Amino acid sequence: MNRLSSIAAVCLLAPLASAGSTRAFVGARIIPIVGADIERGTLVITDGKISAVGSVDDVVIPADAERIDVTGKVLMPGLVCTHSHVGQVEGGDDSAPLHPDVRAFDSIDVRHPSIQRAQAGGITTANIMPGSGLLMSGQTVYVKLKDGASIDDLAIRNADGSVAGGMKFANGTNPQGSPPMPETRAKGTALVREQFLRAQEYRARRVAITDPAKQPPRDLGLDALVEVLEGKRVVHHHTHRHDDILTILRLKQEFGFRVVLHHVSEGWLVADEIARAAVPCSIITVDSPGGKLEAANLSFETGAVLERAGVLVAYHTDDPITDSRLFLRSAGIGVRAGMTRKNALFALTMAGAIMLDLDRRIGSLEAGKDADFIVLSGDPLSVYTHVEQTWIDGGRVFDRADPKDLRFAQGGEGAGDRDQLDACCLKPGGDS
Amino acid sequence: MKRALFLCAAAALVAPMSAEATAQDLAIYGETIHTMAGAPVKNGVVLIKSGKITAVGPESGITVTPGIKTLRAKVVTPGLIDAHTAVGFTGWLNQPHDQDQFDRTEPVQPELRAVDGYNARDPLVAWVRSFGVTTIHTGHAAGPIISGQTMIAKTRGETVDEAVIVPSAMVAAHLGASARTGQKAPGTRAKSLAVLRAELTRAAQYRTKRANATEAERPELNLRAETLVSVLEGKLPLLISVDTHQEIVAALHLREEFGIRVVLDSVADAQLVLDPIRAARVPVFVHPTMSRVSGDRQNASFSTASALRAAGVPFALQSGFEDYVPKTRVVLFEAAIAAANGLTFDQALGSITIDAAKILGVDARVGSLEIGKDGDVALYDGDPFEYTTHCIGVAIEGVLVNDQPR
Repeated sequence: MNRLSSIAAVCLLAPLASAGSTRAFVGARIIPIVGADIERGTLVITDGKISAVGSVDDVVIPADAERIDVTGKVLMPGLVCTHSHVGQVEGGDDSAPLHPDVRAFDSIDVRHPSIQRAQAGGITTANIMPGSGLLMSGQTVYVKLKDGASIDDLAIRNADGSVAGGMKFANGTNPQGSPPMPETRAKGTALVREQFLRAQEYRARRVAITDPAKQPPRDLGLDALVEVLEGKRVVHHHTHRHDDILTILRLKQEFGFRVVLHHVSEGWLVADEIARAAVPCSIITVDSPGGKLEAANLSFETGAVLERAGVLVAYHTDDPITDSRLFLRSAGIGVRAGMTRKNALFALTMAGAIMLDLDRRIGSLEAGKDADFIVLSGDPLSVYTHVEQTWIDGGRVFDRADPKDLRFAQGGEGAGDRDQLDACCLKPGGDS
Repeated sequence: MKRALFLCAAAALVAPMSAEATAQDLAIYGETIHTMAGAPVKNGVVLIKSGKITAVGPESGITVTPGIKTLRAKVVTPGLIDAHTAVGFTGWLNQPHDQDQFDRTEPVQPELRAVDGYNARDPLVAWVRSFGVTTIHTGHAAGPIISGQTMIAKTRGETVDEAVIVPSAMVAAHLGASARTGQKAPGTRAKSLAVLRAELTRAAQYRTKRANATEAERPELNLRAETLVSVLEGKLPLLISVDTHQEIVAALHLREEFGIRVVLDSVADAQLVLDPIRAARVPVFVHPTMSRVSGDRQNASFSTASALRAAGVPFALQSGFEDYVPKTRVVLFEAAIAAANGLTFDQALGSITIDAAKILGVDARVGSLEIGKDGDVALYDGDPFEYTTHCIGVAIEGVLVNDQPR
């Protein structure tokens, strides 16, 4: 739903669209992701949370609930995209290769049509990240893709009130360039190691020196890297080639940070090594190999190979590299290439939630979790299936029956991006 | 295991077809055969002899010679046709050495032939073939105002000569932002049209002078003008890649002014100017259904094809030209999304088979499973449009060129 129509909806449809009341969605096939599929199920949501989910025979619908018949539909959790560039996100600039102090949070246009399109694709939570043209391009932000007036309406908060997010890293050729950028892989890695060693020393001094007057001055970038070292902030690492993947595993061993590998085009060549390091992978479906040297061995089979090796796998859109409206397709192609259906659906939802440390809130349809779900016209892995509705925190953000929303789902005037895509993402040296 | 897998993948990507591959007789059985010439045949068979289809119809009515090589599939279709691509020109690695889809040293170069740039061994040719694509209209891509010629080829062979079936198919023109980049390129839309009009006008004058002047006064042969004369004489259509509504209309004006054959390409804004497109009776190659929606294509829609269909405009689908990732799209996938957004199954399949063949003028050879046509066939283990279906076999003129599921 775009902003104007959302304002209209608040006036016209307040009882239907507000998040406060109790609603029961009855009769759909429910794919809860955690637990077995329910052939004819009921999902009850109250005050933005799931209060019950189960068979129509088992779930007692509260007397005051609004009853919504969804017979013939399929309900599943809202999709989680672990790697997205919607909202015209920005990160660091070309003044330096490392920008751990820069926050994606400060750059996002929440009124951008890319966010409406992501809603149309059933994505309810996204890790919005700066691009990969820098070794560290900045802090990522985890958002609920709600209609909002500002980033504060979308950003997910940690228990302490801080903005939830990770740290974007990249290796391989994208962050290479002329000085101050590294020209080689070893140089890039040296710059990253040096920064981590500084962060370790900074942290040690701040702990050891109790007199606040004598402590080293605060450094916003090192503060963020200390969070990385302490495991509070996950590294989201762009990487393609097998040797670049192994470099990340080596750094992880040295510094002990938590990391998600992104894209991992040659992950199928080092699946066992990834599995041994217990590092999750967030992967992409691109319709052909190549387009850049590092992606020459990109394969539809990466998901299946990693799954068999025991690696936790999520899919991502890397929007605009792939279209958020077609996120379900990624997993469909994964199944085509040998991934199990169960894990392919997990890879669109729960796996991403785990990678973003949000699995207690989102990723599956379970009582107590956020009421983030999608209503589908049919099987999630069929090309003919459409996302009919997208709900976040108990509020409906997309309704295919609304012509304004349909436009974002299909395309047309006003649904696209006026500007040619940002060079950070679509040119060699950009993302993906 | 890892090494084996890698070799296997690499082989699938880069191994050219065996040079010894020769046409053999094939009997292809299908639970459903979409011939694209009449209703689908249930439990049917396609017989291929010496590279040509000799029979197609229900199994019960066709005698299959014992011992003939047989293939079976749930769904059988004609070999798919990609109405407009750049595979073989825009190589998979995206490095300077493998990018031959256009030359930006000059904005107008219709004399550049496709046969002089096609790389039959580029892995993306084998890639699209592995999904059932057997015929491609490929060549100089949308870039400069006139980038060069296109050709029609089969996705087979180790050389252009083994692949090509129409060496010069169209002349590729482009009105759009990327035609306005480069040192010598025009800087505005109006200037782009002025340049195109001037080139066609010059070619018309050249033609007259060459025909009428005395031997002494006859202008020297000019390859560029010669090619544009072919356009003016209707021998080669001008394929105009264009997305914004004002440029679509400008392209139609150009057609009217010079009386040339035009095929419109991409037309993201088609739904804003359906009436003039319909009135001009020009065929359209629709932008890839999954095209990114930004810049010139900000209004691209999953429903562009179905809107053209409803307006009665002849169209085909295409994989288009990509300058990053994916380095090529797969036209089967583009048709699938169109089938989910307003086209019927038959209309979507038609747009990558018989309808494409007709616009390209090769429907006497390809595009449907009919007696006398080339034995180009794609085999699937389910609905070809479903994400989870595999293409399990591909034959080109009776040669089985793919037998691994993908």
